[in-house]
Amino acid sequence: MSLEWIGITVLWTFLYGYLIVASIDFGAGFFSYYSLLTGREHLINRVIDRYLSPVWEVTNVFLVFFFVGIVGFFPDTAYYFGTALLLPGGVALLLLTIRGSFYAFANYGARKSRFYLFLYGMTGLFIPAALSTVLTISEGGFIRETGEGHVEFLPRELFTSPYSWTVVFLALVSVLYISASFLVFYARKAEDEKAHELFRKYSLFWSGPTILAGILVFLALSRHNAVHFQNMVDLAWMFLLSLACFLGAVYLTWWRKAPGWSFILVMLQFAFAFFGYGTSHLPYLLYPYITLQSGLTQPEMGWTLVISFIAGLFLLVPSLILLLRLFLFNARYTRGEE
Amino acid sequence: MEPTVWSRILTAETLAFHIIWATIGVGVPVFISLAEGWGILKKDSHYILMARRWTRGFVITVAVGVVTGTCIGLMLSLLWPRFMQLAGNLISLPLFLETFAFFFEAIFLGIYLYTWDRLKPILHWLTSIPIIIGSSLSAVFITTVNAFMTTPAGFSIDQGKLVDFRPLEAMFNPATPSKVAHVLSSAYVTCAFLLGGIAAWCLLKGRNHVYHKKALKMTMIAGLILALGTAVAGDFSGKFLAEYVPEKLAAAEWHFETQRKAPLILGGYLTDENKIKGAVKIPFALSILGKGSPDGEIIGLHEFPPDERPPLYLHYLFDGMVLIGTYLILISALFLLAWWRKKNPWNKWILRGIVAGAPLSFLAIELGWIYAEVGRQPWIIRGMMKVNEAATTADHVGLLLGVFSVVFAALAVIACTVLIRMFKHQHPEKELEQRQTFL
Repeated sequence: MSLEWIGITVLWTFLYGYLIVASIDFGAGFFSYYSLLTGREHLINRVIDRYLSPVWEVTNVFLVFFFVGIVGFFPDTAYYFGTALLLPGGVALLLLTIRGSFYAFANYGARKSRFYLFLYGMTGLFIPAALSTVLTISEGGFIRETGEGHVEFLPRELFTSPYSWTVVFLALVSVLYISASFLVFYARKAEDEKAHELFRKYSLFWSGPTILAGILVFLALSRHNAVHFQNMVDLAWMFLLSLACFLGAVYLTWWRKAPGWSFILVMLQFAFAFFGYGTSHLPYLLYPYITLQSGLTQPEMGWTLVISFIAGLFLLVPSLILLLRLFLFNARYTRGEE
Repeated sequence: MEPTVWSRILTAETLAFHIIWATIGVGVPVFISLAEGWGILKKDSHYILMARRWTRGFVITVAVGVVTGTCIGLMLSLLWPRFMQLAGNLISLPLFLETFAFFFEAIFLGIYLYTWDRLKPILHWLTSIPIIIGSSLSAVFITTVNAFMTTPAGFSIDQGKLVDFRPLEAMFNPATPSKVAHVLSSAYVTCAFLLGGIAAWCLLKGRNHVYHKKALKMTMIAGLILALGTAVAGDFSGKFLAEYVPEKLAAAEWHFETQRKAPLILGGYLTDENKIKGAVKIPFALSILGKGSPDGEIIGLHEFPPDERPPLYLHYLFDGMVLIGTYLILISALFLLAWWRKKNPWNKWILRGIVAGAPLSFLAIELGWIYAEVGRQPWIIRGMMKVNEAATTADHVGLLLGVFSVVFAALAVIACTVLIRMFKHQHPEKELEQRQTFL
């Protein structure tokens, strides 16, 4: 495989990883606060806290890995996206800052505070929206190159574009859907029937908007970037598989069967859609300025990065397995006995 | 104002805020692990409790460190897009490795926090080792990036174009060894004084429990060794500067003309004609610091064109840093001497001196970093790219600066409040009684 393909595959996989773990995290924060408002916190908070507390910092690393990695493999993206994303990126950073620190204040501090939980829960809902602007901008039409190497961002275009709003809508509802689907599985694992029923309701409730938003994004993209849309149509089988996984997951959840498999189907649903979207986006990283080829770093640096990535995996994978075995797949821990 | 100026202020503010928490993040795990290990070895529940309590406070500081670190990581691309475009080609390796180290630390921090009562003591202690490795290595990697900005290496220039990239050489550039040594040792020494300062504060408040005395002895032994180590690392830095970045050393020492037998200048001020007034001159000392011999030739500031000289206020920062470093050596030595000679090390004035050492050591960290960064002005990558060529052209940096200033101020206040509240009514004396049965 050539260097640029290795690079983009690694990065896209990490972004997908972030999509899943961060969605669980963001959604859980929202449900946690929502349950506090509706007086149902005793039902679900124990499940959420036991899962989230040991892993919240790891979630954050997935994001850092992606933005450091993309600058490493494709330095040109730092220039174009960096200039364009000052405001949306600043907003996302601000929300991430508030969310991360108030999570710690609320959960490791001396006492629970409603205000801290409010900040933690609500910021999580807006971060996906802010981060999804990166994907929107990559479709082109929101950046103009004026003169020699001067990049101008067009915020008005972004805020008035139907495409950008459908992406935001998709990001929001899928966060809640992914999170609820995971928590269905985790609550069942913890043998907490009440939490399981509640999350099952949430999961089914948000499944409708999620698939609707997916279709809307399709339609809006066909108007915004016809080339990309045509590429997606050529890859239609991936999106059809994604739809099949979605239907399978909803079926299992509805009949209260195999929550583990149901969540795997949700992950596959998003994997097919996400990789289908990514593949059809290529060769452009930022339409029409940066392609996979033009943005690539020096080959010497690229190969060094690939080698260090493989070396890093040897360290990370066993540690991650240890973490999951201790907290996620440990029946006694999830039931709250240890 | 121009985006460049706003970008510089915002970067400076974020970094200045981040390094406080980052320093704690690098140094405190070492002491947590030391206390837990010693406690297990000596079967002394005081040290185990020490590790537990330090960990509880540590988590709060880590959270703020993580979020501000994410901020500076992303801000580099947002505020300095041209720099990151170039850096992506030259030094993405250490940036990349830093995330791996961070990943490693994050995983084991989660494990360490939630397995106190689940794993056997020795196994639990072992999970603290990857945390130290992860946090110290991320400091090492990110410092190599900063070192590269001072002494770029690992590429060749052919007809104005950068060619023939050698990533490892860029990472292990000439500034790397001295910088890494100085950053690590100063982070550890700062945390020794932070934790020692807290223990001394409790003793001053009349809480005479042996727990605090043990904590103070442990941190001060480490503190003296580390402070001496930091001084040695500082000496390496001086020699490095004299050879590779002479204008930075010259600006800090108001050393204008190239000469042998150069004196070191302490304190003082400059007149309008750049005459030094009211300073203490130590003969030959600058030559010894820079070249290791009283006869060494030290390059003066006048060898550089006026628009490539760093500002002269560096002198005060340099003096402040060195002065605090010396103070830390003296106060920890005084405490240990009194203890060793069976005098009274719990003397109020010694304790007060140690308490003062905590904020002072953080001040020294800030002074040292400002000196290092401003000393490279006007370059962002010395000799390659100037700061104003690297800044973003986007508007609204000023707005971002305002918002982040408010957020950082709020975070500082709330984090401190949370920390104080955590420990205010939870004295170790009480906790020891409660835990007696199962420690």
